[in-house]
Amino acid sequence: MIGTVTTRPAVWKSYSTWANRHRKWLFAAPAMIFVGLLIAVPLAWTVYLSLTDAQGSVRAESKFVGISNYLQVFADTERFWPAVLRTFTFTGGAVATEMVLGMGIALLLWRPFKGEKWVRVAILLPLVATPVAVGMMWRLIFDPNIGFANQMLSWFGIPAQPWLSGETTALPTLIFVDVWQWTPMVVLILLAGLTALSEEPDEAARIDGANAWQRFRYITLPLLRSTVVVAIVLRGIDALKTFDILYSTKGKGGGSFHEVETLNVYAFGLSFDYNDYGIASTVLILFFLLIIAIMWIVTFRRKEDRS
Amino acid sequence: MTDTVTNTPAISKDISKRAVPRRRRKSRAYPIFRVAVLTTTVVLFIAPLLWMLVASFKTNVDIYDSGKTFFFTPTLDNYSNVLGRNNYFDFIFNSFWVALWSTVLSLVLGVPAAYAMSRFSMGRSAMVVLMARIIPGVSLLVPWYFIFASMHLVGGFGVLILSHMFVALPLIVYIMMSFFDSMTTELEDAAQVDGLTAIGAFMRVTLPLSAPGLATAGILSFIFSWNNFMFALVLAGANTKTLPVAIFNFVSYASIDWGGLMSASVVVTVPIMVIALFTQKYIVAGLTAGATKG
Repeated sequence: MIGTVTTRPAVWKSYSTWANRHRKWLFAAPAMIFVGLLIAVPLAWTVYLSLTDAQGSVRAESKFVGISNYLQVFADTERFWPAVLRTFTFTGGAVATEMVLGMGIALLLWRPFKGEKWVRVAILLPLVATPVAVGMMWRLIFDPNIGFANQMLSWFGIPAQPWLSGETTALPTLIFVDVWQWTPMVVLILLAGLTALSEEPDEAARIDGANAWQRFRYITLPLLRSTVVVAIVLRGIDALKTFDILYSTKGKGGGSFHEVETLNVYAFGLSFDYNDYGIASTVLILFFLLIIAIMWIVTFRRKEDRS
Repeated sequence: MTDTVTNTPAISKDISKRAVPRRRRKSRAYPIFRVAVLTTTVVLFIAPLLWMLVASFKTNVDIYDSGKTFFFTPTLDNYSNVLGRNNYFDFIFNSFWVALWSTVLSLVLGVPAAYAMSRFSMGRSAMVVLMARIIPGVSLLVPWYFIFASMHLVGGFGVLILSHMFVALPLIVYIMMSFFDSMTTELEDAAQVDGLTAIGAFMRVTLPLSAPGLATAGILSFIFSWNNFMFALVLAGANTKTLPVAIFNFVSYASIDWGGLMSASVVVTVPIMVIALFTQKYIVAGLTAGATKG
């Protein structure tokens, strides 16, 4: 369209020159304005709401209460701090397991073999499955009375477990579900990193007599370091924000004892199940700061390592 | 390494303890071991999905009967119930419509932005867009709900598409940036020498050459939107309800219709899995974009 510029009127030409000269911002600005508006405005609004006693209807009057919401949340050892702990337990448990399993599977898939294609297809399926459907699927499998999980245990003479409905077993069970769905993601990322590695250092170490564990520990793992960090960061961000499988299996408030209530579920419940917008915004701001802090530490340490 | 996996399913121990030492010995056992572990892995990843599929063909009586775990008379009743009675075709259309438009609009906004950010090394600007990937959705949902509710927009397609774009846009920018980073500028430069303007070269040379990247970004963004639950849970109205929300609403009654629930779950996951099977290459490329750069 612009290639035929010579046949267009002079005005068009000057527009075209202007557009080409400023294409950097012309291209980038719409997306940045879109994201900026959808982040900056809501974030400012959330900060404002966290300083008010807004609740009930969206149009209800609210008054400015200063930092009293923050004091209230910090003093809340019944819902807030347990939710913080659960968020860390869930994220730490899920990401650590996924990294270990993912590394194992990726190493096994590393060297090409027959039937590799089928394994790759198989691990892709959990990854693209709709999380809500995944939640429902495991809900049936882990059902204490009719679920296949307990049926399988009974073959080995192990007593039935409450799984998702138990106060202490629900969170580990959901970590398992998360591991089932997202280990493939770690496998794919690590496999991409492994495939990009040159084989020479590995071969050299092999000739020098290093065993497989030594080669993995001192050659492959250090070379793969940045990929491992990428995998941890990507999975960490998503695991901290996990909502779908928690809410679809346990419903409002993370179950009757709040046994799987992470910060995300807690904030969602405060906002849309109880319409307690002021407190909800406070929890959200704290949650947001927490994520930023973790990301900052991870990326900061990464830069430090490199220099 | 092995210490950390004691709480995980049995397979993890096998992998982490043995896979590596076995190779050292170069014994014949390693290939067999590898096949065995990988087969187990495949079974563990696939079996639950098959279980869902099998249950969707059972009557509720059969689901409750442990004697009929594997042997039963398949029935299509669950599907006809779900698709016939519950306006499921409307929900399928809603999911499709929202995913389609949020993907298209995000591509229009995101691809030029990714191009500029890649070619002009706009690291800080890229951070702004990628922030959207870090921020928890709930923290935006509350103010969005406030703003859009006061504009009487909640329940319409517009708000839903807008919210899904918020997930799709950072994803597309991220994937396309790493795609443009790895693309040489030679052809673009040649096109400019031959008389095209910079924008002309982008439109006529770079974009056509980016087809694989665009496919990757588009497919992934479609899948993420199709699977999205939280935004639709709050922002969708009775007429714009998407499939994940419809499935969630299925269980809000006293007793669960397991057969119906499983067939509804199959209806939402199967289309996305079929897409995934045919576009495997692109999905893997998108999910691992930028992973090897560090």
